[in-house]
Amino acid sequence: MSRASSWTALTAIMKRDLMVVMRRRSDILNPLLFILVVVSLFPLAVGPGPDILGRIAAGVIWVAALLSALLGSERLFREDYLDGTLEQLTLQPQALPLLSFGKIAVHWLLSGLPLVILAPLCALLLKLPLAGWGTLMATLLVGTPILSAITAIGAALTVSLGRGGALLSLLLLPLFIPLLIFASGAVEAALVGTAAWPQVLLLAGLSLLTLLLAPFAVAASIRVSVN
Amino acid sequence: MSTLLDVKQLASQRAGRTLFADLSFSLQAGAVLHIEGENGAGKSTLLRSLVGLVELQAGTIQFFPSEHGLAQEWRQHTLFMGHKSAVKAELTALENVALQAQLSGLTQVDAWQLLETVGLLGLEDLPAGQLSAGQQRRIALTRLWYSQAPLWILDEPFTALDTRGIDLLQQRFAQHIEAGGAIILTSHQALTWQPEQLQRLRIQGGEL
Amino acid sequence: MWRWLHPYAKPETVYHLLGRWLPWATAGAVLILGIGLVWGLLFAPADYQQGDSYRIIFIHVPSAMFSMSIYVSLAIAAFIGRVWQLKMADWALAAIAPVGAVFTFIALFTGAVWGKPMWGTWWEWDARLTSQLILLFLYIGVLALYYAFSDNRTGAKAAGILAMVGVINIPIIRYSVEWWNTLHQGATLTVFERPPMANSMLFPLLTCILGFAFLAAALIMQRMRTEILRQELRRPWVKQVFGRPAATGERS
Repeated sequence: MSRASSWTALTAIMKRDLMVVMRRRSDILNPLLFILVVVSLFPLAVGPGPDILGRIAAGVIWVAALLSALLGSERLFREDYLDGTLEQLTLQPQALPLLSFGKIAVHWLLSGLPLVILAPLCALLLKLPLAGWGTLMATLLVGTPILSAITAIGAALTVSLGRGGALLSLLLLPLFIPLLIFASGAVEAALVGTAAWPQVLLLAGLSLLTLLLAPFAVAASIRVSVN
Repeated sequence: MSTLLDVKQLASQRAGRTLFADLSFSLQAGAVLHIEGENGAGKSTLLRSLVGLVELQAGTIQFFPSEHGLAQEWRQHTLFMGHKSAVKAELTALENVALQAQLSGLTQVDAWQLLETVGLLGLEDLPAGQLSAGQQRRIALTRLWYSQAPLWILDEPFTALDTRGIDLLQQRFAQHIEAGGAIILTSHQALTWQPEQLQRLRIQGGEL
Repeated sequence: MWRWLHPYAKPETVYHLLGRWLPWATAGAVLILGIGLVWGLLFAPADYQQGDSYRIIFIHVPSAMFSMSIYVSLAIAAFIGRVWQLKMADWALAAIAPVGAVFTFIALFTGAVWGKPMWGTWWEWDARLTSQLILLFLYIGVLALYYAFSDNRTGAKAAGILAMVGVINIPIIRYSVEWWNTLHQGATLTVFERPPMANSMLFPLLTCILGFAFLAAALIMQRMRTEILRQELRRPWVKQVFGRPAATGERS
């Protein structure tokens, strides 16, 4: 298949996904509001003292991010599966991993990127010391693509089941553990005044690796699901 | 005359039940293959297994056996339409048509012209979700008007269409056949149009 | 590869082949594991530091070792199933995964029990125990996905993809957990890194490891045979095996 037509198809699918979600803005807003609510539960649960809140802030924000990724994951493929788009995509002459990459990219644009923008507000609410803010945002920026990519694998695997929810979290949360460890470790390093960039770089590397491999896993999962 | 599809000894099972076995047929350019059978006989499974959406139990499928170039890229030269119309409810009719074409890798498609052809002009800026099932079907069917694929595999193309829609579709079929294409379709109703080469295949609960 | 595998792709052949191997594997498991456990639990000397409580390694170490390698074999089976479109490999997944999950659980449980006299607590966020816990989660994910589909074949394929994703993740998880553990200064006493073991303890341990290998093999073979029967229930050869006359049609 020619390169030009692959490019056309990739932009078409990204444009289509963007347009669909932009017409249902609650799909973008709800996961973000969810994070905000979860984050504000913690001061109520453990007390508003700055020492304890500041210590757990990065971890709490990241855990909330993981949970919200799961929350919004069904919309990735569900509609496409129901209306037959997914079936059509598997029959396209263009490479399915490429189209899967397009869907992951759109998902990140609409869930990962807003999270980075929301992060300062969460940091403020949780009294994260200022020294950690930059690192927190950096880890979110390089870490959320992993979130989108792996979520896409799980969503593609479970799309034909119709009841993702709990099953999806069972499949995906263990895979997020390295992300969680390195990201909150980086912020902690920044807080105690040591270099955080090794962990951020490591996350960036993992992110690239995931983005490289995940589209193939997503494509394989879609083929299994439309069967 | 060239052969577009050659199927040998196809077999399929679903949930442990044999739908069809030892099914062989071939399709020449200019031919229409009408697959008949009761509900659940395995018509859709047959079409879906032709394009690889369902795993084969046995048998071989050879696309474009006489033309190596086409056989290599058979996906590009085969058009499959299933029950589901792949129309996005949130997007307007016009956007649906345009993006559908782009998704097939085409940029030079006149979406307005296509809408006029299938009789949806005037409804172009309504979200497709507000259109009737037949109108959504028409949006999906616009693919047939710009498709370059010689082989069409259509699962119940007439579903939800009114008589004018059905006539329109059959006119398009006739053009396609005249241009040397071939069509495989399932349908519960008889075709009102009589193509020159009409093959019928009846699938019924296991035996042929 | 395909040529070599092809004769083994027929369920009937595999069923009978496994049937021939199974008695040997079972006998090996009973015999070797029996010797190893009796030797380790009754005759091996007590540890000068830990007394008799160290004896749990005769179960803990082999099960921990195989819990990981069984997951890798799971992913390899899934890989073969995908690349060569071998349905038997997909079925193998269903045979292997529960065995691996149980081994992981045993390793985790014995680890916790061992932790009580060592660390004074049932659970310590030690790097290896944590990795083992995550491995158990990975197994549970694969199994949950497999059983979520009403169609076993689709379930096996989906679970296979997950297993492959998981196996790529395992080294990353291990590394991250170890890094996390050093960061947070967990358990001070690492019972795992000790001076080389005395032969009088090492040999029964090696015997136990070999015994567990046979046990895993026997369990997987048995499960695989059951899985083949389940998938091929309506095929004539199954009916022949069980002494009923072969049905004329496919319908029963």
